[in-house]
Amino acid sequence: MSILSQSFEAADGASKYDLVAVLGGEPEVMFRKAITEMGGMSNFINKGDKVCVKPNIGWDQPVEMGANTNPKLVAEIIKHCLDAGASEVTVFDHSCDDWRKSYANSGIEDAARAAGARVVPAHQESYYKSVSIPKGKSLKNAKIHQAIVDSDKWINVPILKNHGGAQLTISMKNYMGIVWDRGFFHANDLQQCIADVCTYEKRPVLNVVDAYRLMKTSGPRGRSLSDVVLSKGLFISQDIVAVDTAATNFFNQAREMPLENVTHIRKAEELGLGTTNLEKLRIGRLRV
Amino acid sequence: MLKKIRVTLSILLFTLITLYFLDFRGYLPEWIQWLTKIQFVPALLALNVVVLVALLLLTLLFGRVYCSAICPMGIYQDTVAWLSKRVNKKKRYHYSKAKNGLRVIVLASTVVAFIFGFTLLVGLLDPYGAYGRMVTHLLRPAYLAGNNLLASIFTAFNNFTFYKVSVYIVSVSSLVIALITLLGIGYMAWRGGRSYCNTICPVGTLLGFLSRYSLFKVRINEEKCNACGLCAMKCKASCIDAKNRKIDYSRCVTCFNCLESCKRNAMKYRPNVPWKKKRQPRIVENQEPTGSLDASKRRFLTALLAISIPAKNLIAKVGSESPLSKRAFKRQTPIMPPGVPSIDHLLQKCISCHLCVSKCPSRVIKPALLEYGLGGMMQPKLYFDRGFCNYDCTVCGDVCPTGAILPLTKEEKNHNQMGQVQLILENCIVYHDETSCGACSEHCPTQAVRMVPYKGVLTIPEINPEICVGCGGCEYVCPAIPFKAIYVEGLTMQRRIEIEHDEVKEIQIDDFGF
Repeated sequence: MSILSQSFEAADGASKYDLVAVLGGEPEVMFRKAITEMGGMSNFINKGDKVCVKPNIGWDQPVEMGANTNPKLVAEIIKHCLDAGASEVTVFDHSCDDWRKSYANSGIEDAARAAGARVVPAHQESYYKSVSIPKGKSLKNAKIHQAIVDSDKWINVPILKNHGGAQLTISMKNYMGIVWDRGFFHANDLQQCIADVCTYEKRPVLNVVDAYRLMKTSGPRGRSLSDVVLSKGLFISQDIVAVDTAATNFFNQAREMPLENVTHIRKAEELGLGTTNLEKLRIGRLRV
Repeated sequence: MLKKIRVTLSILLFTLITLYFLDFRGYLPEWIQWLTKIQFVPALLALNVVVLVALLLLTLLFGRVYCSAICPMGIYQDTVAWLSKRVNKKKRYHYSKAKNGLRVIVLASTVVAFIFGFTLLVGLLDPYGAYGRMVTHLLRPAYLAGNNLLASIFTAFNNFTFYKVSVYIVSVSSLVIALITLLGIGYMAWRGGRSYCNTICPVGTLLGFLSRYSLFKVRINEEKCNACGLCAMKCKASCIDAKNRKIDYSRCVTCFNCLESCKRNAMKYRPNVPWKKKRQPRIVENQEPTGSLDASKRRFLTALLAISIPAKNLIAKVGSESPLSKRAFKRQTPIMPPGVPSIDHLLQKCISCHLCVSKCPSRVIKPALLEYGLGGMMQPKLYFDRGFCNYDCTVCGDVCPTGAILPLTKEEKNHNQMGQVQLILENCIVYHDETSCGACSEHCPTQAVRMVPYKGVLTIPEINPEICVGCGGCEYVCPAIPFKAIYVEGLTMQRRIEIEHDEVKEIQIDDFGF
């Protein structure tokens, strides 16, 4: 995979697959299966690495609403990072709702701490550092959270949801939680900015899409349980375009969502961030 | 001994109530909020009969214990007076005549103003409310800045025990009023101890009426007393007329400083028990001339009637004229905190202690200037410049000690409408730039703002004000500049809304989809 080898040194061929999809299990079980197929976490994390795990902790909603990444999945990823020799694991998100409530009520704060990670705040501008995005079309620079900027590796752990503006929020849209000024994105062609920010030089070593629950309507916050489908899926890849394409196709089974509607995915492909052509990839399809 | 108990108790209660205002992380146990609910004026406004009866009984039994140990403003004055004594060791108090005319006039005008709906006067003079504002607007910023300093230090060592918070002035007018209160009452306390309590404070005056008849009093044994005047020098209420061996019990705040000063053991805090009459020294109370007072009272009340009609020039419903150009919105009606049934209710019940301002986790409550009229100055309103009201949060109603903001359950809060969404389409990014946005709908907990198909794959906001709770998420987050495309218009009455939800359907997904 030329795209991957450009960005990552870690992909040393130990993985049989470019993308692994798992269905039918609990979040942590599906992840264990997926990461094994990807060659184990040590394929991506080196001993002594400072790792940042970035879930979606956007909303003051309980786990059942599927508005935030599943805490069991986050905890499992943290454990794998530490087992692979990470010197520390940091977890944060720039929440939309009150960050204290979102961290607590999502269940992620407790789960991540229990798993050995450090949960850090992201509600103040002073936690962010200015970086330039030279390959961006609309977004030329951004303030990105220091936990990402100062990390050796980071893992992107979004949850699959409907989004009123961007149509879907998956791995790329999850980047909006690492930046300070989200308003700029919304005001300057949201879909292009989402693709642009993904060109930031420090790419996630893995994108792990939590589709254990997917929010099919009223996203990204959700109104009631009728918005949520217990879909029991998980997708993992280094290729952010591919993993979002796969997740979009998966979502399409719960509610019609053609890839063309989620325009940031194509825009990212145009920026050379990955491929929407899943046929070209080696995909592992597993069931628990 | 009595003094020690008083000092210990007052420092304890004062510290706790102050920390309660400052504690933005919710470390303190919930029962501490009772310290605000046992304050006299809040209990009166909340019609908390149990507390009121308890406070009145307490006063009738033991004198103005409320003033000496429970009221935080009283203890603030004691602190200032204590400091002034440390600075000037030679400082002595001396007896002064009661300014009963002034006391009655202030009390009466406060009551009359309140009855006629002008709560601002009660709000300004009530010692608890005034103290609350001092903490909220003066001490809290310092506390938050201290927190941030600690956060910087700890974070530098990778310790995230503390997190930073924004420090800013919530309201200049309330800050100025708090500062004037701090300096004014502070100056009076520095000069003359409890002179605020015994000239202006309406609660002090009211309890002073009762404390004349209280069972336990500091009583002078005239046989032992040599009128040396040591006690009067210690009396921060200036109520001991040593020459005549009389105490003005309406002003005595039962601080017990006099008891310890007396070298001849001529002062005792004890009930006036009839069967010990033989041994009882003759107590002469400072009797007030009442006739002339009544006349002045009456005059004042009449005068006040004329000026205290509240300025209620509020509330004009927002017009539905269609906009022509990119325009700024102007909120016609202020948004009241969730749980305030109506503006009239707020005007009647709120003394602007600003506990809700301090406690709001989203920091969306600020004191009004004149949006509610002059009588509602400093009363709380919502604003969405720095955040929005959390859908599930009920803190302001839970903490409000006067019942101005009624407590809501989470379910009630979720269905409580405090405002209605308004859309100015031509300001909208999707309409204007034809690019995706959806920030408003993203934040909307009820989907009163939802994204509907527009040109091509674009979606554009559509509003349903009927199911809007008025949280302001859309207004806060709307990225349109310079003028927002969506905002919340306030209501004069809050109401319950019904939100319909689709049935939960089991959807099975058995395939990968690719």
